[in-house]
Amino acid sequence: MTNNDKVLEVKNLTMHYMTRKGPVYAIDDVSFYVRRGESIGLVGESGCGKTSVAISLMKLLPDNAEIINGEILINGHDLVPLSDAEVRKFRWRHISMVFQAAMNAMNPVYTVEEQILEAMRLHRPEMSDKEMDEKIDHLFELVGLDPAFKSQYPHQYSGGMRQRAIIAMALSCDPDIIIADEPTTALDVIVQDQLLQKVRDIQRQLNMAMIYISHDIAVIAEVSERVGVMYAGQLAEMASTEAIFHHPIHPYTMGLMSAFPSIVGPKTELVQLPGEPPDLLNPPPGCRFHPRCPYATDICREKPPEFKEHAENHYAACWHPGGES
Amino acid sequence: MTAEAQVVQVPLWRVRLGLFAKAMRTNWALFTENPIGLLGLGVIIFFGLFALCHPILIATDKVTFGLVDKPIWDPVIYDPVSGFDMEIAFHPSPPSATHLLGTDPLGRDVLSQLMFSTRYEFALGLIAAIVTMTIATTIGAVSAYFGGITDMILMRIVNLVMMVPTLPILIVLGAMMEIGMLELAIIIGLLSGFSGTAIVVKSQALTVKVRPYIEAARIAGGGHFHIIFKHMMPNLMPIALLYMMFIVNGAIAYEAVLSFFGLTEIEMSWGLMINTTQYFGYLLRFDTWWLLFPASAAISLLCAAFYLVGRALDEVVNPRLRKR
Amino acid sequence: MTEQRILVNIRNLSKLYPASTGIFSKSDVFVHAVSKINLQIAHGESVGLVGESGCGKTTTGKLLTRLIDPTEGSIELDTEDGVVDIAQLKGNALKRFRRNVQMIFQDPYESMNPRLTIYDTVAEPLNVQGIGSVPEREERVAQFLETVGLTPASSFMFRYPHELSGGQRQRIAIARALVMEPRFVVADEPTSMLDVSVRTGVMQLMQDLADRLSVTYLYITHDLAVARYMCNRIAVMYLGKIVELAETEELLHHPQHPYTKALLSAVPVPDPTFKRKPVVIKGGVSKPINPPPQCRFYPRCPLADDFCRDNDHPPLEDKGGEHFVACYKV
Repeated sequence: MTNNDKVLEVKNLTMHYMTRKGPVYAIDDVSFYVRRGESIGLVGESGCGKTSVAISLMKLLPDNAEIINGEILINGHDLVPLSDAEVRKFRWRHISMVFQAAMNAMNPVYTVEEQILEAMRLHRPEMSDKEMDEKIDHLFELVGLDPAFKSQYPHQYSGGMRQRAIIAMALSCDPDIIIADEPTTALDVIVQDQLLQKVRDIQRQLNMAMIYISHDIAVIAEVSERVGVMYAGQLAEMASTEAIFHHPIHPYTMGLMSAFPSIVGPKTELVQLPGEPPDLLNPPPGCRFHPRCPYATDICREKPPEFKEHAENHYAACWHPGGES
Repeated sequence: MTAEAQVVQVPLWRVRLGLFAKAMRTNWALFTENPIGLLGLGVIIFFGLFALCHPILIATDKVTFGLVDKPIWDPVIYDPVSGFDMEIAFHPSPPSATHLLGTDPLGRDVLSQLMFSTRYEFALGLIAAIVTMTIATTIGAVSAYFGGITDMILMRIVNLVMMVPTLPILIVLGAMMEIGMLELAIIIGLLSGFSGTAIVVKSQALTVKVRPYIEAARIAGGGHFHIIFKHMMPNLMPIALLYMMFIVNGAIAYEAVLSFFGLTEIEMSWGLMINTTQYFGYLLRFDTWWLLFPASAAISLLCAAFYLVGRALDEVVNPRLRKR
Repeated sequence: MTEQRILVNIRNLSKLYPASTGIFSKSDVFVHAVSKINLQIAHGESVGLVGESGCGKTTTGKLLTRLIDPTEGSIELDTEDGVVDIAQLKGNALKRFRRNVQMIFQDPYESMNPRLTIYDTVAEPLNVQGIGSVPEREERVAQFLETVGLTPASSFMFRYPHELSGGQRQRIAIARALVMEPRFVVADEPTSMLDVSVRTGVMQLMQDLADRLSVTYLYITHDLAVARYMCNRIAVMYLGKIVELAETEELLHHPQHPYTKALLSAVPVPDPTFKRKPVVIKGGVSKPINPPPQCRFYPRCPLADDFCRDNDHPPLEDKGGEHFVACYKV
């Protein structure tokens, strides 16, 4: 991927939720970009902010959430200052999303076909009915579903089929970038594998950019070219998949890698990361990972480290990259 | 060793009391977030004090412990049922210095009547609510827990009772027999307990039944009794309390209607006040507003107050309704 | 295996559910959730039960803890009173048996009553079984809380579940399961709902306690990688049958049943340079409703032939070195 054509560029994105007990800093100064046709992964545990990033990019924020700083550039257009009506022009057409748990993303009283048509009619009004019909058939074949199923209802589909239908829906308006938020979490291993292959094939075939969000680093390893590791609402590290897995810099990434059991290779010792992910109402001062970090020193407890380049195209936010003092 | 020793030192009941107090404080904070809850509670407290005032004003020695040698309100004139003011020429008389809300056609002080009835309204509401919730909670929990035939039979009974409209039944019963305050409360309790509330409680109980902690309790060796009383009931209490508010609301209203028709054998109540007004032909006249308005206002206000408290409690009971 | 004492001996265990329900209708269509399985678990072992959804592993776990009653078969447990068939127990005997077999649940959030304190939750088994006096129970609960890593116990005893994190809650679930010092614990996906960085700690705790308190585990999971770390033997289930049973490393490196091979090849590997070769099998998992007398894997198996279709489901046989496979083609 030598082109520098950035489909999505996120700069210093900061978002918080207002709750009864005060603001929760769900995303804090996150910056990254995705090039055309590139597939990046966003990995982290619960509460790290990865789903918040997804809904912020789509500007599908709940009432009590607010983007207080930053830019979200889609093909150069900043979405942050836009009103809801203006953002609607971008949704589905340029950026779309595959949600977690497809059961909840589809309306049970409409057929799958009707739901896809609804999206297309809103965002591609220039298409004729016949063109839309053909497009749906084409999409179904693309995701591996029999087009005859399109006139059925979501509950008549199995879990894997529903997930594919959701992907078809997300692709219906030919977006430039698609966000997949844990699309295979609720599925069985074999179905998950089939779907992952499919997603990878589609992404390559359509040369579409993709952000794949998951807590499962094994899945990320197979699907993404570059990986961003999120922790406590911030980007801890971002680099090519190979670099993240084989030469991690941030201690959290290093800890994460050694906490994942694998069924291939020798049975290695699993290392436990002490403590728990922090409460984002009251995040620890300085580096948010310092309470759990084996290399933490005074500066880690006082000053938050800058997210900068430590090796070629390998960014991390750490005072002791690689663990050295 | 010291950690364990510390734990055992504080007696268990003390700890539980402390936790209970803390829970009440949290619930209070949630309750007061919604101003309508406070409004409703305020009105209820007002009426509570209102009811308390009466025995003090019309005091006999027993009530005031001999502090007052002469009651503020002379019982001969101010007794709500049998008082009569001979100094006023024509009854009903409009509000005056001696009778703040005037007198009714039988010469009795309206304010005194209003105050006196309040305690019965509360008692009625409370008893009806307790009877209802006892029945509804039991049916709901048992029905949900055992399922099968038990559930079917109980639900059929509930459906049968629900089919019959409450007010006509009350009217028929009122005509057939003598219904006093206590009987009315129990009848309303029975009719409400076997109806919609039981179904609501049952569906709540069903959501509890499928939770993994019920399975955990079973695996620990818990039998039916243990699971129903230790796990299901505490989770049903909030919704039971909530519906109690609405039952009180309904009970007061039903009583007012029945008394208005003269179908109850109650000494004095707000409904009865309106009945008296109607009986003497003063119902639709605006110049004798003090006969109709105070009683109606009291009924409406107290009913509304309980309803508002119920709505505010809803936010405490249903976490999903709370503002984030 | 034969030198170790058998703790649990499962024989011909089945659970059938009627496919159509109704109080007055009789059903002759059944879902064979668990179908005549045989399994022996020795004292101190950690056996994994893996499979996809609908394979019957959760049902098996519930049968072993008598949360549901078996349709047929026996489960012989080696208790202090000798070998008892727990499938037949009722009433007080059933209640007493519960001291021997406990369960750790999957959901750390839902497996505790949110209105009860931690003490109440962990002490519940002691309470129900009438073990010890109240101060004795308090002390035991405190002791177990510290054992599972929640120190100091006094700061956890009277908190509520919602005040704690997922990892802490799961530790409490472990404490509750072990407070009566049972011989056998069924763990139903205990780590699948936890964050990865927390999972390892809980897994290590379980292994630690297994050694210290000599508890035998049946570890139910869909995650083969986790099973690798927790179990010495793994049984693979498919549509209510055990299709393969072997020692962990043996099963992972030399799988024999076509389903196991497909399953293993489908697990994503956390290494971008590793090239997986997924074995493609057609179709999807279905419900075992009135299954015909043939190999359950026949419709999807790449090795299947007429023999597999015309004969009943192959028996689980030792193919050498205590590696059991239920397949005619191996």
